[in-house]
Parts: sequence; structure tokens; C-alpha cells
Amino acid sequence: MFGYYFQLGLRSLRRNPILTALMVMAIGFGVAASMTTYSVFRATSRNPIPQKSAQLFHPAIDNWGPEDTEKGEPPDSMTYKDVVALMRAHKAPRQTALYPIASALIPDDPSSLPQRQGAYAVYTDFFPMFDVPFIFGKPWSAEEDEGHAAVVVISKKLNDKVFGGANSVGKQLNLDGRLYVVSGVIEDWDASPRFFDLVNTGGFDKGAQLYMPFTRAIELQKQSNGNNNCNSDPGDGWDNYLRSECIWLAMWVELPDAAAAASYKQFLTNYVDEQRKAGRFRWPNNVRLRDVMDFLDAEHVVPAETQISLFVSLGFLVICLVNTVGLLLAKFMRRAPEIGVRRALGASRKEIYFQFLLEAAAVGVAGGVLGLLLTGLGVMGVGLVFEPAIARLATLDISLVLITLLVAVAATLLAAFYPTWRAAQVQPAWQLKSN
Amino acid sequence: MMIKPILSALRRHKAGTILIALQIALTLAIVCNALFIIHQRVSHLSRGTGIDESNLVIVTNRLVGNTENFVPLIKSDLQALRQMPDVEAVYATNSYPLRNGGWSMGARTNPDQKKSTGQTAIYFVDEHALATLGVRLVAGRNFNAGDVIDQDPKKSIAGPVTIVTKALADKLFPDGSALGKNIYLTEEKKPSTIVGIVEKTQVPWVSSFASTWDQYVTFLPAVLNTDYNAYLVRAKPGQEAAVRAHVLDVLVKNNRMRTLPDENGVQTFADVRSKAYERDRGMAIMMGIVCAVLLAITAAGIVGLTSFWVGQRRKQIGVRRALGATKRDILTYFLTENFLIGGAGVVVGSAMAIGMSMWLQQHFETERMSVVYVLVGMVLLLLLGQGAVLAPAMRASKVSPVEATRNA
Repeated sequence: MFGYYFQLGLRSLRRNPILTALMVMAIGFGVAASMTTYSVFRATSRNPIPQKSAQLFHPAIDNWGPEDTEKGEPPDSMTYKDVVALMRAHKAPRQTALYPIASALIPDDPSSLPQRQGAYAVYTDFFPMFDVPFIFGKPWSAEEDEGHAAVVVISKKLNDKVFGGANSVGKQLNLDGRLYVVSGVIEDWDASPRFFDLVNTGGFDKGAQLYMPFTRAIELQKQSNGNNNCNSDPGDGWDNYLRSECIWLAMWVELPDAAAAASYKQFLTNYVDEQRKAGRFRWPNNVRLRDVMDFLDAEHVVPAETQISLFVSLGFLVICLVNTVGLLLAKFMRRAPEIGVRRALGASRKEIYFQFLLEAAAVGVAGGVLGLLLTGLGVMGVGLVFEPAIARLATLDISLVLITLLVAVAATLLAAFYPTWRAAQVQPAWQLKSN
Repeated sequence: MMIKPILSALRRHKAGTILIALQIALTLAIVCNALFIIHQRVSHLSRGTGIDESNLVIVTNRLVGNTENFVPLIKSDLQALRQMPDVEAVYATNSYPLRNGGWSMGARTNPDQKKSTGQTAIYFVDEHALATLGVRLVAGRNFNAGDVIDQDPKKSIAGPVTIVTKALADKLFPDGSALGKNIYLTEEKKPSTIVGIVEKTQVPWVSSFASTWDQYVTFLPAVLNTDYNAYLVRAKPGQEAAVRAHVLDVLVKNNRMRTLPDENGVQTFADVRSKAYERDRGMAIMMGIVCAVLLAITAAGIVGLTSFWVGQRRKQIGVRRALGATKRDILTYFLTENFLIGGAGVVVGSAMAIGMSMWLQQHFETERMSVVYVLVGMVLLLLLGQGAVLAPAMRASKVSPVEATRNA
């Protein structure tokens, strides 16, 4: 029976090639537009560290007060003095402060040019906290953090470039005219979106090539390579800057469970209370402790453009479906006499349902294949519409291929449901009589 | 008129009628909003920077090495650039229009004022800036070499003299008396005297962050003692490509201890503009494609369904023709029918369009869509519907009266 219905379906589709082509195109375009924008949305809204996203938290305290903050949210960065206080208190098993710095690798050969390297100043806990995979060596020690040591962890890419891919642990690197000892080499690792530095990257940027101790960067008076915001004049010089209310640092803590998170939040509240007693704040407590996904959400890491595009293309798909419902209805009802004959010869309603849904499924498969081709083109073309940092994240992988086909067939079957129901309602007597 | 029989005929095709009307309504909702987004983004794109954007090359670089004082290095770079044969003017700065990053401060007209009168972008420049940018001075004077100070960026930045844009001058001193007045940029109440007013210069940001003050710019005459800066180079007319090709060699020859970003180390202002408006342009393209395909699909849907109806009603059309209806009557019948369905569709659709616009406004802080878009969209879709129905309606009008006598 299946084969017979399939043949019937194909014959019917061939009878009206233009109508069929119209339906296939509507499904194909609708699905392709949705899937292309979905691929971008998926890339920007993904969980960058699924295994630990619920254990990594971003604390925030309101050091600016309601006059200088928006919508009752505390600033998303921290001052140096608060970061130092939280690090010293050490209330989390693992914790790191961090900020982006600019670093230039100065080659030994005086005829070649220095090379700029994206870098972060971090504490040693950064590496185990964020599951950074090491190829050689290991993170520097906590003592080296304490001692402002001149050590670095470098990426595989930088290690390949400078040391030809060999184990470079213990070797030296000249950064901005100062020598640093390599303590470890990591894979070309990055979090996408880069949750730990959303404030400066928006989540999407080229990977960093090296990491050095936070304490060392502060000692060298390295300014942030990202944002610095002050609500009042910090005064002259580096020490005044460190004491100021200027915000430019990120802080992350790892807390194993909900109880630990609750007690850390209590600790933050107590800390702010103390600061208020000391006269620093004149406004009510306003602290946040967000895990990775909450923080991504609060920072609106998915660009508005991505969301609007997805929303508009889903609307587009709905219109294509409404269109398909209309066309299928026209197609099926034109065959009322044929249905009448089949019903009169003993075909049950169920069989009519089966026959017409199968025909619709064939349209869905064809639409899916066209949609897949167009999605492929769309994903290649996202660079025209979205900025490169985001566009390169959109890929056509196996899961997207399957989703595309599935959505196409499911959508077509959904669209076919009403026309099929109408077809099954055809009264054999009426059709036979009018003929 | 003919409307009553049309309505009663439509009542027999409820499903098809509702589907076409619904499709028109949804299309209207999306097309209106898409057109609005396109218009908004395109108006961003066409916003003028106030500077002469041709023949302008920008080098972004970071001086490296174990140095405390970068000012002599910057000055020597500028010297080297000015000696290039194809270069007209050069200056070093922290930021420039469309760079999408920079420094902003609140400007006050009274040192004791608590809230600032206007937010302004700060460009640190020297006496060559106005010539390099091609910005016209409308009052007062340009900076001279004596005005330009060496500035530690960690110290108070308010120098004694400043040039502001006309927009900022009018905002701070609405009576038009800005020239010669003092403004206060920092909290230590150090005055900066306005010595010149320029016609127009845009702030670095193109985002909504600065949309209400995108022409409020303050120029301060200073060389910042910082490793990171941009050199703006005005090439002689037509020599942009030559300057672009050689500028880096000249700088490296002068001092190799510098790094440039992997991309966009040396760019023309056209590159800067295209990068700054990447998102706007992308969004406009995307919405344009969606609109075009959507209208095409809706038109195709109308053609498909109307053709089906014509096919179904051949016999009735034949009867009407036999009873004396002219070809024209039949044509008008189908056009009117489509107009009624389309009319219902656009009425529902305009409500949906406004609803969708409000939803976007709430979730994405877009601006409010004007009703004009809905009206234009309504007309557009009604015309589209009439255009789409024309071919099947013509075919219907050609049905011969003989059909009335045929069986089925």
C-alpha cells in the first residue's frame, strides 16, 4: 500500500508542477531562513562551559549607587580594592580576578617586528576553574601569584610560533622588554561566548595567546586593554587609581553547590555592610551572584540583531506554512472526484489520510532538501549580514542538517493536516452524483 | 453592487479566504517592521561624520618596549609621517569619528553645577587636526603649536583651551555666546576656554549609547603619554593608495618597537566606516531579502489559490457569461473579490504590525514605528494582491459561455 500511495503522490505532484514547485520553494525558503538565523542564534546563545556553568559565579557589588547605575543593576565590573578584598577573604575554594592586557612579544632578532598578543592577567585558579587543557607544564603556583612572579602560560599557537611546538616549559619569552619564564602551554583554548570577559569582548573575539599573574600585571602598572569606567575623577597617578571607584576588573569564583553559593552571597552582603559602616556607600545593599548562564543573559550576550533576525525568519516560516496550507487545500480539493471514487470503492477515511499525508511528506522532504541547500548558502553568506566575529561561529553541522530536514517535514505535515482532513470529509455520493 | 454575491461565494470558500487573508495580514506585519528596520539602519548609515572622508588613512598602533615616556616617540613618528611626499597633514589622537571606542565626559558651564549640561566625546589633538580632518572652523581660531601640551592620561585632562562643535556650543550656551566662555570637564573646577567652534564632527560611537549627543565633541590640544594611539594621515588628493602602501614602512623605519592589530592596522576611512556600520548594513540587507522573498511568496500563493478557484468555477463563469455578463464583469468580479479579502487581511495585518512593533520596542529597545509604514505597507500589499490576481482573473474572463452547457 505504501508504495502505491507513494506513486499516487508522485503522480499528483507531477500533474501540477508549478503548484508543487511553489510549495517546495515556500517550504525551502521558510526553513532555510529560519535555520540560517537559528545557526547564528545557537552559536551566540550556547553554553560555553556546560560541565561547570552552574558552579562558576560572577559576583557584583554596587559601589556606584543608584545615581550612576542603570535599572537598579550594580556595575558589571569591579574596582581594584574590592577585588583585592574578595581575593584576600578567600571564601571560595577557587577564585580569580582577571582583566585583559596588551602584550607585545619582542623577538630576539632585531630585524623582525614585535608581535601583539592578546593576553589576560589572571590568578592561577583561572586554569582549573575553567578546565583549560594543558599540553606541557602546568599553571604557575599560588606562591608565584603571591610573589608577583614573571611567569606566563602560553597558547599552542604562540608556542608553535616561538618554540616550534617543542616543550617550552622553563624557557624564556621577552614581553614588552621584560623576560618571563614559561610555566605551561595550553591548547588553543577559548570559551565561546567568552563568558569570563563579556564586558570587554561582548563574548566574541579572537582567542588570547598568553596569561600572566594578575599581581605581576598590577605591579607593572599595566592598564586594562578593555573598558575602564569612572564615576568620579580618580585623581593623579596609579596608586590613586587603584584606590578609586573606577571599575575595570572581573571576578569569578567556583562554588561547588547551592549551599556554598548561598553562603558566598551572604559573605558579599556582609562585605558591603562593612563598607557602608565605614562610610563608603550611602545606599541599600545591591549585590549579585550570577552563574555563567544567568550572567550571559544579564549581559545580553546574544545581540539584538541575532534575536530579531531569528524572530523575523520564524514569522517568515509561519507565512510560508500558511501559504502551503492554502496550496495543499487547493490541490487536494481539486481531486475531490478522485477521492469520491476511491471512497466509493471501499477506501476508508484512514487510508485517505494516509495517502494525502504521505503526499505532503514528499513535498516536505523535497522542501527540506531545497532548504538544506539554501541553508548551506545562507550559512556561507552570514558574513555579509553578521559581523565576522559572530559569523564564523555559525556552522552547518550534522545536527543542523537533521534539524533542517526534520523541521521541513514536520512543518509540511502540520500544514497538510487541515487540507487532509478536508479531503477525508469528501462525501463519495456527492462526487459521484455531480459527475 | 456586486459585493453581495461575492460575499456569499466567499462564504462557501471559508478556509481558502481565511488563509489568503491571514497570509496577507502576517506578511503586512513583517514587511512593515522590516521596512522600518531597514529605514532606521540606512539612516544610521547615511549620518554624516562632518569630516572629509576621502584621502584619509588611519594607522592604529601600540608603541612597545620598556619606556615611561611615549611623547617623544609619538612626536618623532609624526615628524616622519609629515615628511612623506604624498602627505598633506597628520596628527595623533586617542579616537576619531566611527572608531566605536573613546573617551566621554560630562561638560558643565558652571564649576559648582552638580549635573553636567551635556555629555561630550573628547578628542586629544594638535594644531594639525582640523586640516587633517577637513573640518571647517565657523568661529574663533584653531589651536597653535603653543597650545599643545604633553598630557599624562592619568592626570586631570582639562587643558586651558578647547575647540568644540557647533552642536555642543549651542547645547552648552543656547544664546550663541559660546566663544570665549569657559567649560568645566573635570571635578577640580579647572576651566577650559572655548577658543574655536567647528561646524560638525561626529563622536566615535555609532550605537544608541550616543544617539542623543552624536555631534557633541570637544577637542583638547594635547599629546597623550600613552602607548596606544591612532595617527590620522591626510593624503594629497588621489594619493590615498600610495600613502596607505608606504605609511607602515616609514613608521617601522623610524622605530620598530611597535605592534599593529592583525587586521585594520592601516585602514582608509572608508574601511572604518564600513566596519562601524557592519551590523546596520547587515540588518538592512537581511530585512531586504526577507521582504522581497516574502512578497514573492505571498504573491505566488494568491496566484495559486485564485487559479484554483477559477478552475473550480469555470461552469458558473460560463453560466454568468451566457446570461449576459461581459468579460469585464468577470474580471472585475475576481479583482473585487481579491480586494475584499486583501482589505480584510491588511486591516487585521495593520493591528498585527503595530503589535509586533510594540513587542520589538519592549524587548529590543527599538524606536517606535510610525504609522506611515503601516499605511505604505497596506497600499503595497493591496496592489500586490491585485497584481497577483490579474493573470488568473484574465483567464477567468476568457471562459467561453459554452462552458455552461458542458458537464463539469
